[in-house]
Formats: sequence, C-alpha cells, structure tokens
Amino acid sequence: MIIDIISWFCLLVGGFLCISGAVGIFRFPDFFSRMHAASVTDSLGSGLIILGLVLQSSEWLVISKLVFIQIFIFLTSPTSSHALAKAALHSGLRPWTKPVAGRDDR
Amino acid sequence: MFTAASAAILISMLLALGRAFIGPTLYDRILSVNMFGTKTVLLIAVLGFLMGRPDFLDIAIVYSLINFIGIVAILRFFEYTQPSKDNVTRADEGEHE
Amino acid sequence: MTIEFLIDIIILGFLVITAVGIAVSKDLFASVMLAGIYSLLSAVFFVVMDAVDVAFTEASVGAGISTILMLSTLTLTGQFEDPSRHNKTLGFVVVFITGSLLIFGTTDMPIFGDALAPVQLHLAPHFIENSYAEVGMPNIVTSVLASYRGYDTFGETVVIFTAGIGVLTLLGFSSGGSTPLVSVVAPMHQHKILRVVSKMLIPPILIFALYVQFHGDYGPGGGFQAGVIFAAAIILYAMVFGLDTARKVINQSVIQILSALGVLLYGSVGLVSFLNGKNFLDYSVLAHDPLHGQHYGILLVELGVGITVTAVMVSIFFTFASRVDKEHGGNA
Repeated sequence: MIIDIISWFCLLVGGFLCISGAVGIFRFPDFFSRMHAASVTDSLGSGLIILGLVLQSSEWLVISKLVFIQIFIFLTSPTSSHALAKAALHSGLRPWTKPVAGRDDR
Repeated sequence: MFTAASAAILISMLLALGRAFIGPTLYDRILSVNMFGTKTVLLIAVLGFLMGRPDFLDIAIVYSLINFIGIVAILRFFEYTQPSKDNVTRADEGEHE
Repeated sequence: MTIEFLIDIIILGFLVITAVGIAVSKDLFASVMLAGIYSLLSAVFFVVMDAVDVAFTEASVGAGISTILMLSTLTLTGQFEDPSRHNKTLGFVVVFITGSLLIFGTTDMPIFGDALAPVQLHLAPHFIENSYAEVGMPNIVTSVLASYRGYDTFGETVVIFTAGIGVLTLLGFSSGGSTPLVSVVAPMHQHKILRVVSKMLIPPILIFALYVQFHGDYGPGGGFQAGVIFAAAIILYAMVFGLDTARKVINQSVIQILSALGVLLYGSVGLVSFLNGKNFLDYSVLAHDPLHGQHYGILLVELGVGITVTAVMVSIFFTFASRVDKEHGGNA
C-alpha cells in the first residue's frame, strides 16, 4: 500500500516534469535555454517515472531491465545535449541576450 | 496512474513535435527530436505496464540505443554540411587535445 | 471510449501529420528526420496493437538503421531537393486514380479483426494450438518465422545479401587502409565527452545484441533485430572514432566473407536436412528427437540471419562513408 502510494507519486511528479520540460521547450526564447529545459527535465523526469515503474513490478528481470534503461538514459541524454550544444556553438549560434533597458533610445 | 503518466508523456511529445515544426534554427529541431525519442522510450515502458506485458521493455531499451546513435549520426552529418564558422575563437583557444 | 482507442486516434493523427510533412518538405534532412519519427510512431502503434516482435523490428530497422544510412546518403547528395522541372498534374491524377482503386478494393476485404476471416480459420488456430507441441518454444512468432515459414525467411536473408552485393557493386570496393586520401570521417576530436561515453556504452550494446539474438525464442527478438543492433554499435564506433580505426577493427574482407557466411549457414541447415532424407529445411532430423532438432535448427538459422544482417548493414555504411572520403578530399 505504501509502495503503491510512493510509486503513484513518483509517476505523477515525473509526468508533471515531462510536461513542464515540453512547455519550456515551447516557450523559451532561444536554443540554449530550450536545451536547458529539455535535458534537465528529461533526466529527472525519466528517473522518477522509471522509479515509479520499478516500485510497481515484482520480477527481478523486469526491474533489472528498467534499471538498465535508466542508467542508459542517464548517461546518454546529457551527453547528447552537451554534444549538440557544442556543435551549435561551433557553428556560430550565440545565446540570446536581453536588450538592456535605457541603452536604446526607442 | 499509468494512464495519467502516459497522457502526460503524450502531451509532452505533442509539444516537442510542435517545436520540431516551428523551431527556427536547425538545432531546435534536432533537440526536439532527441526529446521526442526519450519520451517515446518512457511511453513504451509505461504502456507495457498499462497492458500488463513487460516484454515491451526490450523495445524501450532498443529505442534508447537507437535514439543515441541517431543523434550522434546527425551531429556527424552536420560536421560535413555546415563547417565551423567559429575559426577565430578556435584559433584563440588552441587545440582541444 | 477506452484509453487505448484514444491513443490509437492520437497516434494515427500524428502519423498523418508526419506523412504530410514528409511529402511537402523540400529540405531532405527534415524529410529524413520525419521519416524516422514516422517509423517510431508506427512502432508505438504496433505496441498498442500488442505485436511486440513487429514493433521491435520496426523500431530498430525503421527508426534506427534506415535513418543512419539515409543520413550518410545525404552527405553524398546534398541537403535540398532540386526544384521539380515537370508538371505535376499528370502524376497527381495517376496517383489519385490508383489510390481510389486500391481503397475501393479494400471494401471487399474482411473487417479488421473479424473472427471469421479465412486467415483466422485455417492457419492461425493451427499455429497457436500446435506450435508449442511441435516446436517447443513459447514465442510463436519465432516458430512461424524460422520453422513453419523457414523458406520465406531464407528468401528474405538472400534479399538482404543481394542488397549488400548491389551496393558494393554500384559504389565500388574501396581498398582497406592503404588509400592515399586523407580519411575525412575523422575521429570527433573535440567531442571528448562523447568519445568517453561511447567507449563505455558500446560493450553493453553488443551484449544486448547477443541477448536479443538468443532470447528470441522466449521473448521478442531474433536474428534480424539482433543483427541491426550489432550493426548499429559498430556504426557508432565508426562514427565516433573514425572510419580508419573501425576498418582496423573490422576488415572489409572479413565483412564480405561474413555476409556470405550467414546465408551459407542458413542454406547448409536445409541441405543437412536434405541429406538426412527429409525435405529442405525440415529441422526434425537434426537431432535424436524432433523437438531438439527444431531447437537446433532455429538456433542455427537465426544465427545465420543475424550474421548476414550485421555484415550487410556495416558494409553498406562503410561503403557510403568511404565515398564521402573521396568526395570531400581534405580535412573537414
């Protein structure tokens, strides 16, 4: 019973994080901030969802496969985000900076 | 609960797909495809539990491998077609080795 | 309206949007990405329909290897579609007429999932009822693929082999490591983190490929999927560490021999059955007892399929990548 409640909580919070990451990728102003939203929420959101699934399952094979998926996502998602950001930076993309009020006379 | 989690993942997939269509720069699109892939892995895992068939986890594992290899392939592709415009900064920083 | 029906509608809607995007887009790179997403959505759709083996194959082949090979083709052809120089009206009319004829033809088919359709009455019950008794493995898909319809699978393996030969013939053999050209598929020097992480991840991927190959009797998997995952790991190595290093690990001639070896293995199993007095690819004579014979037969046959698929995918990628070398000359 306690384990059920904990796993439901993990699944719900993980789902909420996934949605918030997607909303972030939709609304942030430039590429680098969107990447931040995507990769951070990916790692934690997937971690929580998979933790919720682990708590719901009872066979060792299933649990070990879930742990394998989590380790894999944990290792590869930040790596690919880093590689992507590096490639973007090297091809000339620059972060958006907010114009400072008072400098332009518009 | 599984239905709520899968609904949440589907919504985030839809938003990521929207960004893939809209995203002004190329890298936005690659980022959203990457996120779409990770969410698909999660969706397959949750759907497997929803339907009571844990065999689906094999598919989730395969797809997470494929997602990673696909992103690396895309980055290699861009090294050919869009060479680095950042030559000045690279000369300053020197060799990265 | 159950949740599965809703998921079906949403996924089919995504599929339509993606297909329209592929057709309309002029940027070939976007089309390749959308095609990858399309395969992925199909895999999810198969998962919803409870067809695990098919979803597995679709995810690994359609979303994985196809996307990677298409991307390496795009390095040869360029990123944008040439503007079309002909009038599209005639083409559109022909497609419209053919499409409507096909849709008209489908009205004659039995309703999807109808219990009285011929396929459900004759063969499917026989397989479902007798497969465990005759072949002895829980996964009915593998038993149908490798034992009941083994000859078809032999044909598929030969088709893959022929595709590999075709690519090698058209694009030419490239001599191993003694080319005077500088290899442009150079190691990704600046991506240190990527190199380290890839180095850590490639062995588990290879072990997972072996798991999929041999666990295909009991769960989703089998030769095709395992071969594709194996090839994907080797391609990852070649992309991150450079084509030359990958060539030293896996020689061009070894790859060519392996692709033929897989088909030869499959055919030999059939030949051994022949020589023992039964039909071609009748596995029951391979051991002292028909059930063990089926096990050995399926094991060897899936191994042959896996070897051929791996070797052909890797040789196609190496051939494309070495063409990129010749075209782009010096350093990237």
